Amino acid sequence: MSFPWAKEYKPANDFTKWVDEKLPLPRLVYNAVGAGYPVPRNLNYMWNFGVLAGFCLVLQIITGVVLAMHYAANAEVAFATTEHIMRNVNWGWMMRYMHANGASFFFLALYIHIFRGFFYSSYKAPREMIWLLGVVIFLLTMATAFMGYVLPWGQMSFWGAKVITGLFGAIPLVGEPLQIWLVGGFAPDNAALNRFFSLHFLLPFVIAGVVILHIWALHIPGSSNPTGVEVKQESDTVPFHPYYTAKDGFGLGVFLILYAAFVFFLPNLLGHADNYIEANPLATPAHIVPEWYFYPFYAILRAFTFDFVLSAKLWGVLAMFSSILLWFLLPWLDRSPVRSGHYRPLFRKFFWFGLIPCMAVLFVCGGAPAEEPYVMLSQIATAYYFIHFLVIIPIVSSIEKPEPLPYSITEAVLGSDKDAVLGENTTPAT
Amino acid sequence: MMADTTVPADGVDRRDFINIAAVSAAGVGGLAVVFPLISQMAPSADVLAESTTELDVSAIEPGQSIKAVFRKQPLFVKRLAPQEIAAANAVDASSLRDPQTLAERTKEGHGDILVTMGVCTHLGCVPLGAVEGENKGEFDGYFCPCHGSHYDTAGRIRKGPAPTNLEVPDYEFTSDTTITVG
Repeated sequence: MSFPWAKEYKPANDFTKWVDEKLPLPRLVYNAVGAGYPVPRNLNYMWNFGVLAGFCLVLQIITGVVLAMHYAANAEVAFATTEHIMRNVNWGWMMRYMHANGASFFFLALYIHIFRGFFYSSYKAPREMIWLLGVVIFLLTMATAFMGYVLPWGQMSFWGAKVITGLFGAIPLVGEPLQIWLVGGFAPDNAALNRFFSLHFLLPFVIAGVVILHIWALHIPGSSNPTGVEVKQESDTVPFHPYYTAKDGFGLGVFLILYAAFVFFLPNLLGHADNYIEANPLATPAHIVPEWYFYPFYAILRAFTFDFVLSAKLWGVLAMFSSILLWFLLPWLDRSPVRSGHYRPLFRKFFWFGLIPCMAVLFVCGGAPAEEPYVMLSQIATAYYFIHFLVIIPIVSSIEKPEPLPYSITEAVLGSDKDAVLGENTTPAT
Repeated sequence: MMADTTVPADGVDRRDFINIAAVSAAGVGGLAVVFPLISQMAPSADVLAESTTELDVSAIEPGQSIKAVFRKQPLFVKRLAPQEIAAANAVDASSLRDPQTLAERTKEGHGDILVTMGVCTHLGCVPLGAVEGENKGEFDGYFCPCHGSHYDTAGRIRKGPAPTNLEVPDYEFTSDTTITVG
């Protein structure tokens, strides 16, 4: 579905006409990300990050395929082939730094994209399916990033793999056999490294598939916008191309400048020096931490230090997984009919003074050693995190008095809807 | 000749039978294919073949530990000094998170030899304390630096997030000075 005023694809010549009749792929692209997709005219730069995340996925696939041409997934040589890429392979250092920092920038884009969704309630009807698919993409990306970090077979790779696969051991009864099955041995070794490589190569293409579903689901209701008011008429929208291809292109340029600064001047800033020591199953690094993008969830994992019916370890594992899984419930937890945080005074306060500081505390605690005050801080922040989604959001959405909404996107942009240029197919205002 | 298409009195015709038989056969076939696909991920024969380790414990001095490798994981073998045995026995075992006495964690006649996995039961890090000079934690046994679990001289969890004592693997004394683990 699209709006009735969406421009129709018209093949420019006999050849494109011939292609359109046999396989309307150019038509599909034109309607998806071309002039045939009408988009709200008032999108701000927060709406750039979906495209940026998609760009990062392509970047990771290209640099990853290149790296796989030089890397060997065998515990004997994995560390050495990683160094071989860094020292011997033409431009290998650049490909590896692009890939390693590309993962960080992918997560940066994803986090901004997700928190944009939280603030503007992008998960609400009729866009629940887009949101659900987005959470699936995030989970798949986390799994892929984790397995990719194991591949250089450094100390952090090995011990990260051991700690994370050890999480499955916390499950009652089946935990230990499941863990042995997952790593193909009693501890991560060649079998684990090989299967992680295989899956690390496969999953990005699965992610690409889910991204296509995500965009497909997006094109049914059309993009959301900062007012949260649905598109009513032609004057509320502009064609994706050239308006948003240009805006996304500008955003991409800024994003790439920052990315290049990391790749070329700070390539190891986001990594850990311990990962330049080859994996040693007999010596644990003094301070095991995951990559920065897992810090908040790692803090939740470690926040549970006391037994209560279940063991502390199992509580930590359950809390870490459910901290993301509960995002699946968000469309039904938030009952407010108003979408945008701009018109929700109470919701907005809890977002800026509750959720954001809570995530910041979890982020800091996740990267800190497991000692006070970080343990207590991560316990408080973990408690707030769950209360925010499971208690505050439902209560706020039922007691809050939203501020008045603009009549239309056009009114929000121009101050009045009187001068709206009405297309011939405009739906009458209701 | 025409096939008989009338439904017999019991309501089950030939077509139902063929449907159920075909779907069942395909289902069993599908499961038969899935089993090897899942099983291939379990430890392979060469990994399982490395599953026993033999060790000579005669050279370990009282109060000293050695670090060995068992199933590609660290194994701690410690000869307890008399004061370490006394410290372990001075605690009421039933007050512990994972109640076990030192005697239950050692072999009869070899009460001073403590064999444990060097794998923290929290998330699998290698605890410190098996090597001279390392931090032994608040209970003078082992200390896991990852998330701060403290084990006592009998390798029992005393403080921190680990749920159970350091695992004592299956082993036996094959002579007075040799153990076989696994």
